[in-house]
Amino acid sequence: MNQLALLGHAALSKLAAFGRAGMMLFQSLVAKPQPVIMFPLFVKQVYFVGVLSLIIIVVSGLFIGMVLGLQGYTILVDYGSEQAVGQMVALSLVRELAPVVTALLFAGRAGSALTAEIGLMKATEQLSSLEMIGVDPLRRIVAPRFWAGFVCLPILSAIFALVGVYGGAIVGVEWLGIYDGSFWANMQNSVDFYDDVLNGLIKAVVFGFVVTWIAVFQGYDCMPTSEGISQATTKTVVYASLAVLGLDFILTAVMFGEL
Amino acid sequence: MNEFDDVVIDIQKLSFSRGDRSIYDEVDIKIPRGKITGIMGPSGTGKTTLLRLIGGQLKPDAGSILVDDENIPELNRSDLFSVRERMGMLFQSGALFTDISVFENVAFPIRVHTDLSDDMIRDVVLMKLQAVGLRGAHNLMPSELSGGMARRVALARAIALDPDIVMYDEPFTGQDPIAMGVLVNLIRRLNNSLGHTSIIVSHDIQETLGIADYIHIIADSKVIASGTPEELRQDDSPQVKQFMHGLPDGPVPFHYPAGDYETDLLRGQG
Amino acid sequence: MRMRILEISVGAFVLAGVVALVGLALNVSGLNLSNSDNTYTVYARFENIGGLTPRAKVTMSGVAIGEVADITLDRDMLMARVAMNIHGNVDFLSVDSSASILTAGLLGEQYIGISVGAEDENLKEGAYIEDTQSALVLEDLIGKFLFNEVSE
Repeated sequence: MNQLALLGHAALSKLAAFGRAGMMLFQSLVAKPQPVIMFPLFVKQVYFVGVLSLIIIVVSGLFIGMVLGLQGYTILVDYGSEQAVGQMVALSLVRELAPVVTALLFAGRAGSALTAEIGLMKATEQLSSLEMIGVDPLRRIVAPRFWAGFVCLPILSAIFALVGVYGGAIVGVEWLGIYDGSFWANMQNSVDFYDDVLNGLIKAVVFGFVVTWIAVFQGYDCMPTSEGISQATTKTVVYASLAVLGLDFILTAVMFGEL
Repeated sequence: MNEFDDVVIDIQKLSFSRGDRSIYDEVDIKIPRGKITGIMGPSGTGKTTLLRLIGGQLKPDAGSILVDDENIPELNRSDLFSVRERMGMLFQSGALFTDISVFENVAFPIRVHTDLSDDMIRDVVLMKLQAVGLRGAHNLMPSELSGGMARRVALARAIALDPDIVMYDEPFTGQDPIAMGVLVNLIRRLNNSLGHTSIIVSHDIQETLGIADYIHIIADSKVIASGTPEELRQDDSPQVKQFMHGLPDGPVPFHYPAGDYETDLLRGQG
Repeated sequence: MRMRILEISVGAFVLAGVVALVGLALNVSGLNLSNSDNTYTVYARFENIGGLTPRAKVTMSGVAIGEVADITLDRDMLMARVAMNIHGNVDFLSVDSSASILTAGLLGEQYIGISVGAEDENLKEGAYIEDTQSALVLEDLIGKFLFNEVSE
């Protein structure tokens, strides 16, 4: 009986948190737009969330593309179809790896930083202080960060994919000697702009929404203590990663699968 | 309790609880206009909570909080924000925005609520900083300030819009004696010169008694005593006496409620 | 000044995103916007289309000249009817052209190869290619091969 009550309590509190997260999102986004104030804040956040994530994204993209090229080559060369490496690298990057890995790295690099920043603002009463000054912290603090994450992830994902493809090309064409005409031609024949590139981008948009939402909510909802902030940061990374992987399956099934 | 001619905040039958713990139980508090009112009580009695209730950051379970006849708990979001424009609050930690300079911190509320030109804002900010003696520090970042200076900057920010009500949350805690003296003077002087109403929440008895015109003491989710500092010094109810003289044990118990000591100790051997 | 650097870097970042997207579109997916709408449709019936799918390319001498638009079953002829969108500038396919389903490599995707005949008259919108060759089905091949082995 006790266990049942515990389960019920846990379920209810999760549900309540979900409700609060929804309310927060609604209140921060559904507001009279104030472009003059909001745009500089937004730009600043794009800098912190996007520009500063660029290095990790480019480096990871490059290496993942190179590894894909290398692995693809060693497998496909046995079947004499090593010219399909380009196709394999491009398809796996554009459809899956670019949005998913970018989202995971983004959750670790930018998401945790967002949570910690907002959590610390809460702990040091900066959010309360904003409220007392008569500024809604949801609009001032949460909304620009949310939009920045939402916009940055697809951009980062596209950069990741392109860098990865060139990484694969470096390994495949330059080092392993695949004929570069067939490498690119195979790739261009099999990758479709609408089905593959745009669908990958839609994934990135969805992930951007979810990861940033989780990050800002965990920061906004955390206990204003050092322990609470560390828990919230961990939660951001864990929940965001799980959400990305779970959603990726659903999105893949809808876009590419015939479930 | 004596009546005031001009009450700016009138709290009636306020009840508030956190979880199962009752913080306030049908409390009535009146804050006179233009005076310094101290809210005192032991730690953990929810003094800060009271300021948050007045600021509308928390909603009471029951009762009303009238600020110039506007009932805070019933206001909608935008009305609440407009009432808050007339309040300034000095948070315990200062709560300066750490990503902008001292100057921008003080300028922040002015930029939000007015359309003043940059020149005007600059003048106002420097005036406010001059009032707290930190005009020379306007280029520093909050991380470069000492605790006492940060609190003075926060005070300059709290009075930036010349609010009607300034609330101080534990302004004296964690300050060295000099910084404390500076703050006490500053609060008194600002109150006299700007003519706003000050509410000081504190458990530093001597400082608060020194500057407050009127004091409420809160304990056990009730107001146990109200009066001028002089009246309270002479009050001989045991609770007030214990608090005013800092006696370790008395009606406000030293021990957190616990079971029988002996049984508790013996239980471990069971 | 600090704000300025910040704005410039954000601008560069957004630009990099757009460039990446364009790069993906042109270089990786080979998107070709110029002749996407200017096409005409011809049909062909096949005994067996094997693994041919819509969007598969249609080539002539190995050069892509269009793509498969639609595959349906012709109820009267009991054959597969394939609709192909051919680029408008490829207007020299003679009426006696032949279409065959080919495979890229041993295991690759299937596509349609068209070889031009000798007639002067060219295929028009909605015309049928009569001379068709079905897909090579690997199982049939293996079956024949085994049959030959056994019968020897």
